[in-house]
Amino acid sequence: MKGDDKHLVVNAIENGTVIDHIPSTSLFAVISILQLEKLNSQMTFGVNLESKKLGSKAIIKVAGKYFENSELNKIALVAPQAKLNIIRNYQVVEKRVVEIPEDEISGIIKCPNPVCITNHEKITTKFHVLSRSDMTVRCNYCEKVINRTQIEIL
Amino acid sequence: MVNRSLISITDYSKEEYLRILDLAAEFEKNPNQNLLTNKLIATLFFEPSTRTRLSFETAVQRLGGRIIGFADASSSSVTKGETLKDTIKMVSNYVDMIIMRHPMEGAARYASEITNIPVVNAGDGANQHPSQTLLDLYSIRKTQGRLDGLNILMIGDLKYGRTVHSLLMAMSDFNPTFYFISPSELQMPSGYKMLLDRQGIRYVEDRDFLPFLPKADIIYMTRVQKERFSDPFEYEKVKNVYVLKNALLDSCKDTVKILHPLPRVNEIDPDVDENPKAYYFTQALNGVYVRQAIIASILGLK
Repeated sequence: MKGDDKHLVVNAIENGTVIDHIPSTSLFAVISILQLEKLNSQMTFGVNLESKKLGSKAIIKVAGKYFENSELNKIALVAPQAKLNIIRNYQVVEKRVVEIPEDEISGIIKCPNPVCITNHEKITTKFHVLSRSDMTVRCNYCEKVINRTQIEIL
Repeated sequence: MVNRSLISITDYSKEEYLRILDLAAEFEKNPNQNLLTNKLIATLFFEPSTRTRLSFETAVQRLGGRIIGFADASSSSVTKGETLKDTIKMVSNYVDMIIMRHPMEGAARYASEITNIPVVNAGDGANQHPSQTLLDLYSIRKTQGRLDGLNILMIGDLKYGRTVHSLLMAMSDFNPTFYFISPSELQMPSGYKMLLDRQGIRYVEDRDFLPFLPKADIIYMTRVQKERFSDPFEYEKVKNVYVLKNALLDSCKDTVKILHPLPRVNEIDPDVDENPKAYYFTQALNGVYVRQAIIASILGLK
């Protein structure tokens, strides 16, 4: 993978998915939400890259893997401006943006309320989306309302 | 409402909880009705609350039902490390309804999701206590003859007070005017004020309740707890400010009623107790009728 001038070269992928415009601070959250650690595909992660839009961005390339929309939309919580490029035969055949799930988010967000039952028993968390613009959600259990700044990913 | 759990006041529509209030009025006239013959009800109190438990158990017994359960977690298998899920699953095999109190918020909602029998939330941490809200509504309607267009003065800890938040939500269906009186540390959270703004409901915030006494139809007192203050000096400054005394009540309307979720500490002077404007003990009695109504309607017996 080393070029002549001793720079690391990241190859374009033949088939797969490129997720661009992830805030650098959200890279590991995205990896965990998409459960990339469980895949055997070739993957490249770039982080702290220059970005005009975000200041600092991360990028993920996953070879030979296409995600369901429902899976990808889960990352909207941490990377609302992410852009997805679907690659087939080295060509970008489709571009997508992520969308915050409509009404309910299951099992991604950790409730920040220390006395919420979900932090004491093995329960899949569930949040109702109240506002998609500022990402306000309400815990199905303790009913606390939290916004983007308080959202913590499981 | 039949077979439906009651976890949060927002689970019921306005029509549904008005129906509960009507039923409660029936039970007030005729409290002993053998509707629960052959019914067994569990009262699971994972944290002690003598007042609420006795009220629910009185309601069940006045309806002729029988009760199993525990009064605090130390006398249950929780001390052996049993999960809430397992306790609920096990008890569900035995009874027709579960009434539960739990220190964790959301515990009752979770319980209602893992069992097929109805669950009544008798308090989950600082979150919800819907039977308290319904008995507050019942007491307001009974003493004022209506719920619409009342001036409600809420005094004390408006930040952490679960009862004032639920009452605010329920009353917001009835075009009230609220007066929120609290120390600045314990103000009504902005989320609730935004909710009122959206619905166009009037409210006033102040630190001093005296100027608002003459306007009030209902005075809802709450306890200001020392542990809520980060600065003990701040507590010392306010602890005697939010105390209702008999001498202050002359400026009030004759029809005003003073409500308090109890237990009271010193925020209502005992010299108020004999004043006909004091209503908190009757309010507690109303809780039995309201809980009879909740149980009978969920079990489809009324």
